[in-house]
Amino acid sequence: MTQVTERATRLRSQAAAGISGFARNWLVFIGAVAVWELATRLAASVFFPPPSEIVATAGQLWFSGPASQLFLSETVFDHILPSIGRCLGGWAIAVVLGVGLGTALGRSRTGMEYVGPLFAFFRAIPPPTLVPVFMVLFGLGPGMQVATIIFGAIWPILLNTVDGVRSVDSVKVDTARSFRTPAPYWIGMVVLPAALPKIFAGLRLSLSISLILMVVSELIGSLNGIGHQLISSQQQFEFPLMWSWIVLLGILGYGLNAVLLAVERRVLRWQPTRNDDA
Amino acid sequence: MPTMLEVTGLNHRYGKGDGAHVAVRELSFSVDAGELACIVGPSGCGKSTLLRCIAGLIPPTGGSVRLHGDEVSGVPDDLAVVFQDYSRSLFPWLTVARNVEFPLRWRKLSKQERAERAQEALDAVGLSGVGKKFPWQLSGGMQQRVSIARALASKPALLIMDEPFASVDAQTRFELEDLLRRVQREQQSTILLVTHDIDESVYLGDRVLVLSKSPATIVADLAVDLPAERDQIATRESAKFVTLRGEVARLLQTGPAAPATTEEASDEVTAAADAAEWAATEEEAAETGGATKEARH
Ligand SMILES: Nc1ncnc2c1ncn2[C@@H]1O[C@H](COP(=O)(O)OP(=O)(O)OP(=O)(O)O)[C@@H](O)[C@H]1O
Ligand SMILES: [Mg+2]
Repeated sequence: MTQVTERATRLRSQAAAGISGFARNWLVFIGAVAVWELATRLAASVFFPPPSEIVATAGQLWFSGPASQLFLSETVFDHILPSIGRCLGGWAIAVVLGVGLGTALGRSRTGMEYVGPLFAFFRAIPPPTLVPVFMVLFGLGPGMQVATIIFGAIWPILLNTVDGVRSVDSVKVDTARSFRTPAPYWIGMVVLPAALPKIFAGLRLSLSISLILMVVSELIGSLNGIGHQLISSQQQFEFPLMWSWIVLLGILGYGLNAVLLAVERRVLRWQPTRNDDA
Repeated sequence: MPTMLEVTGLNHRYGKGDGAHVAVRELSFSVDAGELACIVGPSGCGKSTLLRCIAGLIPPTGGSVRLHGDEVSGVPDDLAVVFQDYSRSLFPWLTVARNVEFPLRWRKLSKQERAERAQEALDAVGLSGVGKKFPWQLSGGMQQRVSIARALASKPALLIMDEPFASVDAQTRFELEDLLRRVQREQQSTILLVTHDIDESVYLGDRVLVLSKSPATIVADLAVDLPAERDQIATRESAKFVTLRGEVARLLQTGPAAPATTEEASDEVTAAADAAEWAATEEEAAETGGATKEARH
């Protein structure tokens, strides 16, 4: 009996702590939205619709579908999901290529000396400028977009992997050698785990680059997608619509980053500095 | 006893030409199976270099190393090394149990056999309940036990230890020394241990090899005829221990060719005084030690 009440009290205090933490995190955000609402209502400019109107437009736009599609509208299937697919697809390919190549180059003594200058040059090219090139190569469509995303997202991953893989502590190298660790175990159980903190830093950076390049490539040349809808709503002076696409991009960026952070926390939970509660 | 390790005419030189540094010169000795041999030498004399050559981690510039008859080139199969820097040697991303299982990963063992062997090794070093923790959640002494357990789990023919107890506190060091002697006798392992601590070399070893200042050569090879059962207090106070300790100290200081009688006497006095001082400070920790001290005064 007392145990039950104790648990209830604990749950309640946990809930209270959760709510106050939530309030701290979001107070300024909510305040900013309120100020925005007020300012746009007072200004009454067609270019700056109030947030309430943007939300209403967005709701109409995305959730007007039939129940069989979970109320998701055609727009979601025609534009949003393809965009997310290209963004994550391109990023995933960049991750595989970047980590694979980075590990190989980082472990080879001279590899980086050969390709280092080349990489520095490629990396210095702002990826959006390559959209026209990829457009010629792949035509309008997902090929060009995915190529742009891969090209922009691979460098942080590749270079951070090289860096991380090189930073394996010399005593751990000797330890692994003294056990005659075969290459797959050496890479999988020593090199990559040691490099993971640096790799994750690269992954986070490259994920936000992927999102940016997804939009940019769609703004310039695409038949569908979030960027395409954004630019066409602007050209048709549908400003609440345009703003709702911008808000969606904010939500997407925040959400993807949050998911990646959660994965990182889980994968790197062995790091002493991360584990205050363990 | 068959010979486990045979080192003949070992040389190691770092660098080439004028900047070359000879770390090990013409070093020869052998270690029998089941023996615990201690190498003691001054700091920087080339002890780690010698061990790295024996372990096959670096190729020596001259001479040969044979492990149960086979010439060592590259790291041999059945050898394990315990490094001084346990916090850098353990893998922080693996739990204690997984660290200990690490050298068994690529052996033909079932998952269960592997876990059992890791558990055995952890039991042997007195760390039964911590398998699921991460190394950094343990104290320094416990971490070094983990790396000893990891080395034992691979059942090496030769266990090489490079100043394994140099970075733990005195009390833990005594515990680990006793643990090592116990485990060595239980498992009949052959151990080559490097230290710069004279007392430790005499207390631990069946044999003490004394090295000269850089470049390392063997100055003396002393058999330690102390009883196999050793006790941190009684053994360190025994006349034999004190004599041996003095002898090693003198060899380290002056080399083999200069036995000075007056110095010898003063050395032994210092050694005896040290032992008494030690017994006094450790009195609270060991009741038996207290009793011995009472009797002596
Ligand atoms: N990689 C290296 N390159 C050049 N010189 C080295 C290298 N490693 C060690 N030395 C030199 O060789 C000598 C012996 O070094 P070593 O580490 O073997 O000594 P040690 O007896 O283990 O010392 P300590 O007691 O400090 O551990 C030292 O003078 C050191 O400067
Ligand atoms: Mg050393």
